[in-house]
Amino acid sequence: MTMAIEIASWFLLVSGSIFCVIGGIGLHRMPDFYTRTHAASITDTLGAGQVLVGLMLQEGLTLVTVKLIMVGVLLFLTSPTAAHALVKAAAAHGVRFDGAPGGVSEAADERAGDD
Amino acid sequence: MFVAAMVGVLVTMFLALVRAALGPTVFDRILAANMFGTKTVLLIAVAGFLTERPDWLDLAIVYALVNFAGTIAVAKFCRFGNLADDVGGAE
Repeated sequence: MTMAIEIASWFLLVSGSIFCVIGGIGLHRMPDFYTRTHAASITDTLGAGQVLVGLMLQEGLTLVTVKLIMVGVLLFLTSPTAAHALVKAAAAHGVRFDGAPGGVSEAADERAGDD
Repeated sequence: MFVAAMVGVLVTMFLALVRAALGPTVFDRILAANMFGTKTVLLIAVAGFLTERPDWLDLAIVYALVNFAGTIAVAKFCRFGNLADDVGGAE
């Protein structure tokens, strides 16, 4: 029985780190800021979740697993929120959507104009 | 097995640093810093298991909290110019 758990946790750990690397590559392949946030924050949650579950399988039901669950729930809640706040700040600040770095798009102009 | 996971996380952290260096807009840099922080949380957790010291997970929890607060603060600063501004005023 433990061999199956060992293989499962090994598989989760490796696939989690592969998803993390995919997120890292996505950071460079995507054309502009918004798509990069998409690549980074999604694989953040998925890759981290798989690695943490892989560690949980290693440990069975002990206090350490409770801590791992806490870290997992924490990452699961804060990572999307941080990405959302970041994109909202960038959109309000006028980062262009069509990939041109750092320019101010028209929509943001009139929105930024009235505050 | 843990080393394989750590290598994957370290490669991602390096890619995030490169994006932080290259990133045209300041928000790319915040995004890279946020991703770097999340991967540090993973690195601490896996390293804690590698060295059979499960009490490192407390560091991972604290680091996840600090990273989140830091990202939100920097995003708000870049948006409003200062941290003291009334959030409602700028809508």
